[in-house]
This record gives sequence, C-alpha cells and structure tokens, in this order.
Amino acid sequence: MGKQSELTAIDNSAPADSWLGHKGALYAIIIVGLVTLFSMLALSVDQRFIYMLVYLWFGLVYGVLLQYGRFCMASAIRDLFAVKVPRMAVGVMIATALFSLTAAAVTAGGFSTFYPHPWGWHILIGGAIFGFGFIFTGGCATGSLYKSGEGNVGSMLVVLAISVSQAVFVMAGGLMNRLVPASWTASAAAKGMPEQLTVTNGWFDQFMAGYIWDLKGVTMAQWLGFENPVMGAFVGNALLGAILPTIAILLALYLFFFRKAYLYRARIAHPGIGDELSGLWAMLTTSKKTALAGLGLGIFAGLQMWATGALREHYQIFNFGELLEKMGYTTGLSIQGTVFDPGYWYITTQEAQWAGWALDQVGVETMDTVYFGLENGIPNPLLNAPGLMSIGIILGAASIALIRREFKWKMPNLETAVLAIVGGCLMGIGARIGMGCNVGAFFAAVTNGDMTGWAFLLGMTAGAFVGVKLFNRWIEWKLAREGDFAL
Amino acid sequence: MAVKFEKTGDGAYTLDVTSYVCPHPQVYTKKALEKMASGDVLTLLFDNPSSGESIISMCESAGNELLDKNENSRGSFAWKIRKG
Repeated sequence: MGKQSELTAIDNSAPADSWLGHKGALYAIIIVGLVTLFSMLALSVDQRFIYMLVYLWFGLVYGVLLQYGRFCMASAIRDLFAVKVPRMAVGVMIATALFSLTAAAVTAGGFSTFYPHPWGWHILIGGAIFGFGFIFTGGCATGSLYKSGEGNVGSMLVVLAISVSQAVFVMAGGLMNRLVPASWTASAAAKGMPEQLTVTNGWFDQFMAGYIWDLKGVTMAQWLGFENPVMGAFVGNALLGAILPTIAILLALYLFFFRKAYLYRARIAHPGIGDELSGLWAMLTTSKKTALAGLGLGIFAGLQMWATGALREHYQIFNFGELLEKMGYTTGLSIQGTVFDPGYWYITTQEAQWAGWALDQVGVETMDTVYFGLENGIPNPLLNAPGLMSIGIILGAASIALIRREFKWKMPNLETAVLAIVGGCLMGIGARIGMGCNVGAFFAAVTNGDMTGWAFLLGMTAGAFVGVKLFNRWIEWKLAREGDFAL
Repeated sequence: MAVKFEKTGDGAYTLDVTSYVCPHPQVYTKKALEKMASGDVLTLLFDNPSSGESIISMCESAGNELLDKNENSRGSFAWKIRKG
C-alpha cells in the first residue's frame, strides 16, 4: 500500500532497506568528517588538546549507542510505573553490571578518576526532584541529549531548561538567602574562603560551603577496609557494591513485571527452576538492541575512565585546568586554576556552564560563586572538555539516526514545550542538590563502589512514582474535560 | 494538537498521538486499549520512536497482537494492534 510506494518515490538510489546510498548517510558522514577536521585542527594547534578530544569522541560513541538502543534511564523507572514495561530497567542493570567490572579494572590499574560523593539527605531529596522532573520531560539528561541529536526540538528545550535553571540556581541569592539554615551560614563563614566568593551570600554557596563540605564520602573498597587494590575494586566495589544489588533488582523486576505474563504465554502452569531461568533470560534479551547498547556503554564508560586517567598520568595533572593554563588558556578557570573535569561520563554541570558562560558574556557576575568561581570555572564552550562530550553525544546520535533514517525534525506542541521547560528546570535543580544526574550521581557512583548512587536511585524512584501518579491524574483530567475518550 | 481517539468502524478504532513524546503515546495507548473489546483493532498513529519500544513490550506482556508496524519515510508510524 502506501509504504512501499512512498519509499520508492522518495528514494530511488538504493533498495529500501539498505543503510547507505541515501541522503541520511551522507549527512552522517559530513558530521563525522567535520568532527574529525575539528579534532585534527585542534591537535595541530596544540597536541595537548587530545585530553579534551577524548571527551568529544567518547561522547560520539555514547551518542551512537544511546540512540541505537533507545537507551533512556528516565524510561527505566517511568515506564516501569506508567505502563509496567521493564525493558530499560533491565538495560540499565546490564550496563551497570558491566561498567562495574570495567571500572574495577581501571581502579585496580590505578587509573581511576572517580571520587565518592558525600553521604547526606540531599542525595535523596535531589534524586526525588530530578526523578519527578524527568517524568514530564520525556527523557533524562542524557536521553534528552541523544533525542536532541535525533532532531527532537522538545528535547533541546529540556537541555536548555536544565542549563539555565542550574546556572540561576547556583547563583541565586536575594530572597533565596532566607531559605538557608543558620547552621549552614555559620559553617560557611567559618571556612575562611576568599572574600570574592561571598560564600555567605547565595543559597547554593552556603549549601556547599556550610553543609556539603562537612560531609564524607567513601567507596565500598575503602569502607570494608580492603588493602589489596585489586580485591577492593573487584570484590568490594564491583561485586558487593554493584553486581549483587543489580542481580537483586533484576530478580525483583522479573518477579513483579515479567514472570506472570511470560509463564502465561509459555503456558507453564507449574514452573520449575529451568523455566524460571528461561524466563529470566527472556527478560534480559527482550530487547536485543537495548541489551547490546547497555553492554557497549558499560565497556566504553570504563575505557573513558582509563583513557582520561592515563592522560592525567602522562601530563602530570589532576585537572584539565592545569593543562589549559600550561597551554596558555587562562580565561574562565576557577580561582584554584581548575575547570569541571570529571574524567568519566557525567552530565549536567557542563550544561550549567554553557548557560553560565552565556550569562557571563552579557555581564552577569558569575565567578563570585562556589560552583563556578571556586570549583568548575566557566571556560569557553569550545574548550569545555565535558561540554564537548555532551556535544559529541548529540552529534553521535544524529549520525546514527541519519544512517538509520530515524532523524526527524520534531517541533513540540505547546503542552510538550511547557512540560519540557518546567520538567527541565526541576531536573536542573534536583541535579545540583543531588550533586549529579542519573549518570553522575547514580550510574558512575554505583559502578565505582559509591553506595550513594543507590540512594540517588531510590530518590529518583520515589520522585518518579509521584510524578507518574500526577501525570496519570492529569491525563485523566484532560480526557474527561475534552471528552476525547468518550465514545 | 489534541489527542484523538475515535471509533472508525465495527471493532475498529484510531488513536492519534502524533507530536507527543514519552510517555504520552504509551500511556494513551494503554488507556485506549482498556476501552476496547477483545478482538478489536486499534490503528495507532505516532511519531516518537522511543514510545514504540515501550508499546511493543506492552503488547507482548498484555497479550495484544501487533499486526502491522507501518512506518512512512517521514518518520511517522501507523501501527495496528489487536486487543487480546
């Protein structure tokens, strides 16, 4: 009918199911070509740019994998509650198990770039706000980046909202100061910070200097007191910190979201152990693309840590800011001479820096904050290493989407646009309070033995649960009002 | 553009959630199927690929049959689902 004739009418150059030989592949090649050109140019100016190019190219790989597997961590929790589909939850667990092994290998080898997050209530609260927000935006932070790469303008609005809300949130003083507990103000004032940071002015400054800095973080390997780094990494962090919890969660997913329907379809009334194992395997392989993407992400996330760790070793630096300074780029560094340089897959802070940089350009004072002035700086977006990773994710997703003929410019309707902005703002605020998003505060944490990651997941789950309930209520209200489903 | 759900014939319905992103398409699909009788066929119009993944899983676990996964070259999907 329509499908075959439409396809042959538009694409005469190749059979309908070939991946190449049509405009999409050409655009993809152009994109990758331009990124390659940019890389070569940068290296010809200064070889040390390799440090930030690593971020860019890993971003491209992530973008390809994410789009290929439609890998969205928001969906992992949201679709579980909203439509009882465990596909992404399974995918995330696969990726977690694998990344925990590759990360352990990197840690055992002495190249880890990871530092554990401090424990505190902010993790649960931030996670909850973040999880609540992503129900309404259609994707998590990384998901919104890859969907932007597919041409989804609504997702671009989400990224914009995440960027601006964070920048505003970390700089907000004035009325926000009234919401600061006195103990934070006192603790911040006692830290002896440079005057120019005005640490007792600003909600977020006092949150950091008067609350966060007094807390401690620890990995499983450290907490359990492993002396041998290999044992610590593999048994403490990977096995106990990630793999066992992952198995427990997969079993729960199987029991509550997959088993009943599976046994019914397979017409098994009295399942034995073999049947249950088959069921588990069926659940793991339901979506091959998602599982493969999970495996790929687990491997490459570990490789990125190793590559960055090795480069830090090679250049004898702890932070990219030191290298930028040696290379002659000093604008936008923090007062410590640092920039945001996590050394692994992390989203949100670089987006905050984009907005911060834009505000800075129009004269807003940004460097009198802990977040920008003391810790992360506001480098030029072209020199922002993790920023290039985010751009890489967008371009990588765009390339594979073009090749697979899944790229499509999609303008959001008003409802989607409003939800994207409101939800995106909540995600931005939640990410700053929780000190990361589903990647930095959950995925990277749990796979490196930092159990605060599971706490963040718990927070996200709670927030998402409430979000789904609210979302459903709102859909029901709309349907009742517009009489759409009346019939 | 509002969501449209209408009966198009005997045991045949159409749900149009074009331009909506996750989780709207999958949530509306679930609600639409709840309103239908066993054996009825739903024509689902959407253009958000991620939702498609969820809908495939939903059909599998609920025992609804995915009869057709038509996609035109402009990235719009017209799927046919028979309620189990």
